[in-house]
Amino acid sequence: MSNNSTFSRTWWQNILPKIVLAPSFAISLLFVYGFIIYSGIISFSSSRMLPKTDFIGISNYTKLWKTLNWQVALDNLAIFGILYIVICGTLGLFIAILLDQKIRIEGFLRPLFLYPMALSFIVTGTAWKWFLNPGLGLEKLAHDWGFENFKFDWLINSDMAIYTIVIAAVWQSSGFVMAMFLAGLRGIDSEQLKAAQLDGASSFQLYRRIIIPQLGPVFLSAFVVLSHLAIKSYDLVIALTGGGPGRSTQLPATFMYDYTFTRNQMGVGAASAMIMLLTIAAIMIPYLYAETREKKQ
Amino acid sequence: MSIASNNNPSVSSQRFWRVLIYTTLIVMAVFYLLPLFIMLLTSVKTLDEIRDGNLLTLPVQWTLEPWKKAWGTACVGLTCEGINGYFWNSIKMVVPSVAISTILGAINGYILTKWRFPGHRWVFALMLFGCFIPFQIVLLPMSQVLGFLGIAGSTAGLVLVHVTYGIGFSTLFFRNYYEAFPTELVNAAKIDGAGFFRIFWRILLPSSAPIIVVTVIWQFTNIWNDFLFGASFAAGEHAPMTVALNNLVNSTTGVKEYNVDMAAAIIAAAPTLLVYIVAGRYFVRGLMAGSVKG
Repeated sequence: MSNNSTFSRTWWQNILPKIVLAPSFAISLLFVYGFIIYSGIISFSSSRMLPKTDFIGISNYTKLWKTLNWQVALDNLAIFGILYIVICGTLGLFIAILLDQKIRIEGFLRPLFLYPMALSFIVTGTAWKWFLNPGLGLEKLAHDWGFENFKFDWLINSDMAIYTIVIAAVWQSSGFVMAMFLAGLRGIDSEQLKAAQLDGASSFQLYRRIIIPQLGPVFLSAFVVLSHLAIKSYDLVIALTGGGPGRSTQLPATFMYDYTFTRNQMGVGAASAMIMLLTIAAIMIPYLYAETREKKQ
Repeated sequence: MSIASNNNPSVSSQRFWRVLIYTTLIVMAVFYLLPLFIMLLTSVKTLDEIRDGNLLTLPVQWTLEPWKKAWGTACVGLTCEGINGYFWNSIKMVVPSVAISTILGAINGYILTKWRFPGHRWVFALMLFGCFIPFQIVLLPMSQVLGFLGIAGSTAGLVLVHVTYGIGFSTLFFRNYYEAFPTELVNAAKIDGAGFFRIFWRILLPSSAPIIVVTVIWQFTNIWNDFLFGASFAAGEHAPMTVALNNLVNSTTGVKEYNVDMAAAIIAAAPTLLVYIVAGRYFVRGLMAGSVKG
């Protein structure tokens, strides 16, 4: 084989991987970053029913912040997000700690906490809509069991409806958090625990002083995953309450869809999508940065 | 570490703790299972029994009519042909989307670990961030692109969308997996004159079975369960299962048939539940890989 052909072969072998990777990368650039830029442009334009590319400054954003529906959506996201993260985290950690007590039937129990994660939020919403049905659901069950005065109308009560979303979402996601904590608990160094036990630390102290502090990275991961799920929540609201009663369970994601596609306020809708993106980016970018850097070492 | 292995515990207090822990766990597991149980129960009751009884009363007369109706004759929107057509829509959407995104993810992961070039980290970071964006941001431009390509409202359009936003995760999975694969083997093969595709095909792929399973399950679950893209880009008769289920439940015509709703919901959930039951271990691994990297 001549030098020349070896050279061209190496050259080809060097360039080939880049050619193969190029389409995927180009698609990401165009369909993620190109689209973000496009939505950004729309958010600064006077688009209403059809997209326009003129420039009207930040008036869509000022309009957005003055819109009552957006404020309601943000308030709801705050209530939903905080409860969802805190309850999923607490429940997940609690179940994980219990399962970590050398439980003989752990292999049998663990999947029971996790299976809701395999379901679509639409299925979850459909199911919980039925359980929480004010006439025939839990309320009827309680009446039949002798609690005559039991009243449970959260699904149609605009002050309480947002909590039904929390309940269904916690049922779906807490098993996942449990799995994350369980993996974290299994990775804890047992030497340190033995030493502390010899020093006479009680189990409660062990968890409070040594084990839970070491789960810091898991808390962070759980927080990032859950908060990004909360901000993106759309399906569950649509299936469970449809955003109602009234607008009492609107979230930013449903607001964006409404304004962009049904209310002909495309500019405002795009502005709300940009706010959602920036919020998620503020959480995800530092996290991804830290995660990929750690791998370097 | 166990609570029960306390210092100087009396045997009886230890037993008390064990019983308490087991009881708590079992009670909680029952609560997690209850929704699925109630769905199944409701789906085999007649409407009269649903109205007369409560969520937990067992059916006096078992019936499979709700299932038949959900599958074949229930009204979704304006047509009353059940959900079977939408079920197949979802299959037609899921199979190519999963196949293409997994293949692309495998080859991308291979390049990003074994054929590194300056800036590979940036390429990966940019692709990875695409997994986490709120998809609301792409709905509007995407619908225009699909219209421009002439595949708006079709299954082909949905496949394109799911592949596009699925390769981020599949690349992540394969990249992390191949990172641990010995690079010496690949380098030795390069010196022996094996080419790019040959090394992938003969050396990496044969040991990739676990990560392929994880990726396929992850993509399958996500794409099957998607609602936002389906509702935005495939209305009417091309809608996937999740969209059809939502329409079926929210159809306002006639009496509310909770048993049919529940049967349809279980049918919509069946494929992913089945995957979870058969390969739950891999499902969990995918979940973890998608959140806790490294």
